[in-house]
Amino acid sequence: MEVVKVENVTRAYQVGKVETQALRGVSLSIENGEFTALVGPSGSGKTTLLQMIGCLDQPTSGHVIINGKDVTSLNRNQRADMRRGTIGFIFQFFALIPTLTAYENVEMPLLLNGHSAKERHDRVMELLKAVDLEERANNRPDQLSGGQQQRVAVARALSIKPSMILADEPTANLDTTNGQQVMEIMQKLNKETGVTFIFATHDPRVIKYAKRVVTLRDGLIVENNGNSVKA
Amino acid sequence: MNQLFKMAFRDLGRNRRRTFFSALAVGVGLMLLILMASVINGEMGGAIESAIRLQSGHIQVRAASYDENKNSLKWEDLVENPDQIASQIAALPQVAAATPRLYASGFLATGNESAGVSIYGIDPASAANDPYRVGLLKGSFLTADDSSGLLIGQPIAARLHLNVGDNVSLSVNTANGNVEEQTFTVRGIYSTGTYGFDNATVLLPLAKAQAITQTQNHASTIFVLLKDTSATDSVVAALKSSNGLKVLTWRDLNPLVLQWESLAQSYIGLFYMIILAITASVIINTLIMSVYERTREIGILSAVGMRGSRILGLFLTESSLLAVGGVIFGVILGLLAVYLFNIHGFYIGNMGLSGILVSDTIRAKPILNDFINLSIATFIVTLLSGLYPAITASRLEPVAALRAEK
Repeated sequence: MEVVKVENVTRAYQVGKVETQALRGVSLSIENGEFTALVGPSGSGKTTLLQMIGCLDQPTSGHVIINGKDVTSLNRNQRADMRRGTIGFIFQFFALIPTLTAYENVEMPLLLNGHSAKERHDRVMELLKAVDLEERANNRPDQLSGGQQQRVAVARALSIKPSMILADEPTANLDTTNGQQVMEIMQKLNKETGVTFIFATHDPRVIKYAKRVVTLRDGLIVENNGNSVKA
Repeated sequence: MNQLFKMAFRDLGRNRRRTFFSALAVGVGLMLLILMASVINGEMGGAIESAIRLQSGHIQVRAASYDENKNSLKWEDLVENPDQIASQIAALPQVAAATPRLYASGFLATGNESAGVSIYGIDPASAANDPYRVGLLKGSFLTADDSSGLLIGQPIAARLHLNVGDNVSLSVNTANGNVEEQTFTVRGIYSTGTYGFDNATVLLPLAKAQAITQTQNHASTIFVLLKDTSATDSVVAALKSSNGLKVLTWRDLNPLVLQWESLAQSYIGLFYMIILAITASVIINTLIMSVYERTREIGILSAVGMRGSRILGLFLTESSLLAVGGVIFGVILGLLAVYLFNIHGFYIGNMGLSGILVSDTIRAKPILNDFINLSIATFIVTLLSGLYPAITASRLEPVAALRAEK
């Protein structure tokens, strides 16, 4: 079943008097349970495409369809609702709320979705166990290493049982060991839970984990899982 | 809601020093408001009380044609048989004291110095004259049959270098328009603590004042003090129906004080607004800085699906916590300031306004309602100050917020 469908999406940014085309007509379809890497050099449009799929931004033209629903013209609140119920995010920086503990960070999306206290507790502890951080539940981000913080972010992304998890350069700020550990956890959770992972990267050590690789260059998809794509 | 509160509380704890000083700024603002309100209450209340106690009473009964600006001594402008009328008024249950007074203008002179004075002919036995009796600094109080003694205020004594037992020449206008001059002995020197009154008023026994001004068995007014100011109108109603004399209330007799009070209330309103505006700017600055410092976090919250309204709520919760802290600070500091102000007072000497009897020492008079109203106003202003930063935070685009530098 198709989780994401991107149809001829463009995204132009106006910087002063100069217009920059970050995406120039991208089309892509991703099926449920995929473990897909968006690769390409800096400025190729990977992050912008993730932001379109994640309802963080809206395309200048084209359509983004998530679980059969066109999200292109949703307003701010509708996009927030879509993210809250459907999409998990992992960012390059360790995007945790510094005043909340690891437990509370993972709990946050569940709270926003109105889960009961027991449901939240069970789910948070299950996920912290899955990322091997059960013992650090009460630690705040500044008491965790970079790798541990990113694992908390993975747990948070999974907490709401999303349709897909979008990860933007998830290992860019980690050393090789921690990067490998995070990728292995993501891979394991993809297999165990069937959740779709889409991650942007240009790190060859990360790309090797992907089942499917989509390559972008200059705002266009130039290769889709080994098959070249004509603009 | 609980999580929102927890986050807001911890966010404020991130930069404790800044949070402390922001709450302190709110507190100092509230302290100034409370102190100002209490001082104005004390000063205005004091001025009205002084005017009633020393000059106007709660009520005065006069002849219809009497003009106080002229201090007329013509018989037709005076109250005839004042003792009898005063006794009738004193019989009313709301009345504390009713006594005849005769007002005249005169001139006090020693060998080489002189001063224009107001002369009060008073009944020394009346409780209405207690302020002068209590304020006696030297010598003895007047007696009704004293035909050669007078009391002078301390500023006059200082100005004319007079002491108890000294003789002084007093020239007084009389009922037939002449000037009568007699030598009196200073029996005592008084101070009511009100420079404007003490510097201009000489007290004589009523009988002597009537004799020297040739106003036999007449008085300028019946001076009435009530047990409770709020009974003024009911007593006035009772008096108006009983005779054809003019009945005036303390409000009629002290228009300048009341105008001054009204003016002071306008100015204090402006003062309140200035202080609240400064307080608001501190809070806006604090929370705006917080928004800019936490832009990326706002992006994260937005990314995990927090709606703008909840982000708005988060920042408003922070400003309300700051407001609560600030109000607690302010009430404590306000109480302390009022207490210290009242211990020491603020001596202004003779700097009061001409025509208004202002005490020579300003003291604060705190009123519970002021504490409550000003605390609520400060809370609301602080909360509203958080609105702009909160709206700014809630409207951040998640993509732009996530791009922000940490």
